Amino acid sequence: MEFLSDIASLINSTLRISTPLVFAAMAGIFAERSGVIDFSLEGKMLMAAFVAAVGSYYLGNPWLGLLLAIIVCVCLSMLHGFASVTHKGDQVVSCVAINILIIGLTTALAAAWFGQAGLTPTLNEEQRFLEINLPFADSVRDIPIIGTLYSDILSGHYVFVYLAYLSVPIVFWIVFKTSFGLRLRAVGENPSAVDTAGINVFAMRYKALAVNGVVIAFAGAHLSTAVNANFFREMSAGRGYLALAAMIFGKWHPKTALIACLLFGFTDALQIRLQGVELPAIGEIPVQLIQAIPYILTVVLLAGFVGKAIAPNAIGQPYIKER
Amino acid sequence: MVSPILELTNINKSFGHVQANKNINLKINKGTIHGIIGENGAGKSTLMSIVFGLYQANSGSIKINGKEINLRSPRDSIVNGIGMVHQHFMLVENFTVLENIILGFEGETVFGEKLATAKKDLEKLCKTYNFNIDLDATIADLSVGFRQRVEILKSLYRGAEILILDEPTGVLTPQEVDELFKILRSLKDEGKTIVLITHKLIEIMDLTSEVSVMRQGEMVGHTKTKDTNKEQLAEMMVGRSVLLRVDKKEIKKGEVIFKVNNLSVKDDLDVARVKNINLEIRSGEILGIAGVTGNGQTELLEALSGIRKVESGNIQLFGEKISDQDNFLNPRMLKEKGLAHVPEDRQRMGLISDFKAHENLIFGYHDQEPFSKSAVLNSQEIKEYSSKIMQEYDVRPNSPNLITSNFSGGNQQKIILSRELNENPKVLLVGQPTRGVDIGAIEFIHQRLIDMRDRGAAILLASVELDEILSLSDRIIVMFDGKIVGEKENKNVTDRELGLLMAGVA
Repeated sequence: MEFLSDIASLINSTLRISTPLVFAAMAGIFAERSGVIDFSLEGKMLMAAFVAAVGSYYLGNPWLGLLLAIIVCVCLSMLHGFASVTHKGDQVVSCVAINILIIGLTTALAAAWFGQAGLTPTLNEEQRFLEINLPFADSVRDIPIIGTLYSDILSGHYVFVYLAYLSVPIVFWIVFKTSFGLRLRAVGENPSAVDTAGINVFAMRYKALAVNGVVIAFAGAHLSTAVNANFFREMSAGRGYLALAAMIFGKWHPKTALIACLLFGFTDALQIRLQGVELPAIGEIPVQLIQAIPYILTVVLLAGFVGKAIAPNAIGQPYIKER
Repeated sequence: MVSPILELTNINKSFGHVQANKNINLKINKGTIHGIIGENGAGKSTLMSIVFGLYQANSGSIKINGKEINLRSPRDSIVNGIGMVHQHFMLVENFTVLENIILGFEGETVFGEKLATAKKDLEKLCKTYNFNIDLDATIADLSVGFRQRVEILKSLYRGAEILILDEPTGVLTPQEVDELFKILRSLKDEGKTIVLITHKLIEIMDLTSEVSVMRQGEMVGHTKTKDTNKEQLAEMMVGRSVLLRVDKKEIKKGEVIFKVNNLSVKDDLDVARVKNINLEIRSGEILGIAGVTGNGQTELLEALSGIRKVESGNIQLFGEKISDQDNFLNPRMLKEKGLAHVPEDRQRMGLISDFKAHENLIFGYHDQEPFSKSAVLNSQEIKEYSSKIMQEYDVRPNSPNLITSNFSGGNQQKIILSRELNENPKVLLVGQPTRGVDIGAIEFIHQRLIDMRDRGAAILLASVELDEILSLSDRIIVMFDGKIVGEKENKNVTDRELGLLMAGVA
């Protein structure tokens, strides 16, 4: 039975760890399907974590913290749009600028407001999201398999975990079953076709970026007001980049991007699990090596398997109408 | 008396310092096919983009059915019954036909009922005009001719009464052109108004009832098609009289100097593009390669000019093997052996557009005397040479210091020609020499190629312009799907015959 509960806890942590990746990948799909590269998922996630933590701390309600994070992230997306859509700047440069800005800004603001560089005060139970126990989780735990599935895997997550997995079919539906989605995909493939169909290319890209800002805020709030009870320096720890890789690995498609996110989440859960474990004949694996697994996997997957990931045709190109 | 459905008054439009349209006045009558003819860069496309709402005029007014309208975006034009088929199709390649057509006019937020109605309406339209289009096909899988029909269908579905077509025949085979013209005539019979933008005189004479001529951003004349002829129109377009036929002496064939044996070539995606091709060219002969774009001509030229690897087979110059799958000479070595190449894509391969004209004029010879001495460029010598050669090749303006991209297409092409022809090559490979080149320059370029031939050079000419192939070549081969599907001496060959071969049916 111990083996079963090991598996259950591994799946449980996979779901939790993948959550910010899923949000970020979905956010990335909106931006990139519209033809705008979004490297700044990382920075926006970090900013959202900071704003959500500070917001909840002052306002006493984590939902208000989340709302603030959404507003700030949408503003950052608009900034990216202003630089790269309106002013046709280089999209990667704009993202890098945002990422660097935010690492410095969060550290400096925390120092100014709370006297500690890059650290916000610990949130109490009122100020953060708590794990949700699904009804009857305790009473059905002893039923074999189903009990484990329900009580140990499905129950006991933060609200964001449920929202993240719920977001995937919603994103799929928006992108492939609505006219907004059709225009979104078209503007990333051939903006001239969209323009000649009488749709404003710039407005379309701004809309996509706004949605991107809303979604990415959830990833940040999950980090600082759910799994942790405060913000700390660079707490996004490359998850934005990892999510971007997952999205590319998933060929800009919500379903496959989800699978890639879960794969990354799983290797991360596994590495946590493997730390300190003695393996027969080899002995203890150095922790640094284990921690590197998800990143090595990213490189291997991107280099080896994706091969011809077909990006939206017009990605990275500012739309220039007149010569 | 028919009333004009579209009336333009004093339209002006500039891009930076370039005035693309100057005081344009134009009246188009309902139910006619109206041609607008002019050289490349005369401002035809700009004018129609203004009518389509894509560009906004700096001044002037547009009236539809006598009512003045303000066109701020293509949506305004579409709503007012204007449709446009652009030269480069405005289609999303990985969408289906249906998705492309409803884009922007979905009529509902979530796809459902309206989508089904749209599909039914479109099927009906297809039947009315005999379009034979599968609405669920992906654009990428359709031939160019079908994509164009999708564009026409798109405009009709959106309720176009005036249909503007911008250079619609450039990418079609003669048979596809026939089909298109049939469609356009039946649209006219339905009462639609067609505006045909073209630089091909024959299309104007074939199809239109009225014609307007543009030159250098200005409207220089309107006339009924039946009251004019090709020569007169050409003169209006260019501003002087033009020779429409090339003067060519009887061929003086020499020995075979360039030979290709069983050549196969793959493209960057590892797809076989040239399949087991054999050809030979004699001294004093122009061999024309006809074919629809994308049937292996590009890869063939690249392999012959030493910039693409040979998969199998070999290439011989003066009986000496210069390339096979193991070895090949690079373009520089080929140049030393007397082979010159005028690439198809002059922007990408023929020129460095951001360089000054004099730099492009000597590129490839820049490290040779007199242009450089012990690795230092001799700018005095280069400028003098440039000025002289630009004079000789009639490059306008004659300013060696001007950035190359500021020259017109025709003059850019003359820069390349002057560089490649100046060393008197024995073999000349030429791809699309007059693509995007105005009539005046075409005449000049053709004459130069004929001169080269008369001096005993072996010339391989690849072009998608059948007229060009027919007027220059001594012998013609047709490529389809990487293979040579036909070879003919250029005597009494018609474009129809070639067209069938190009389409892969004969």
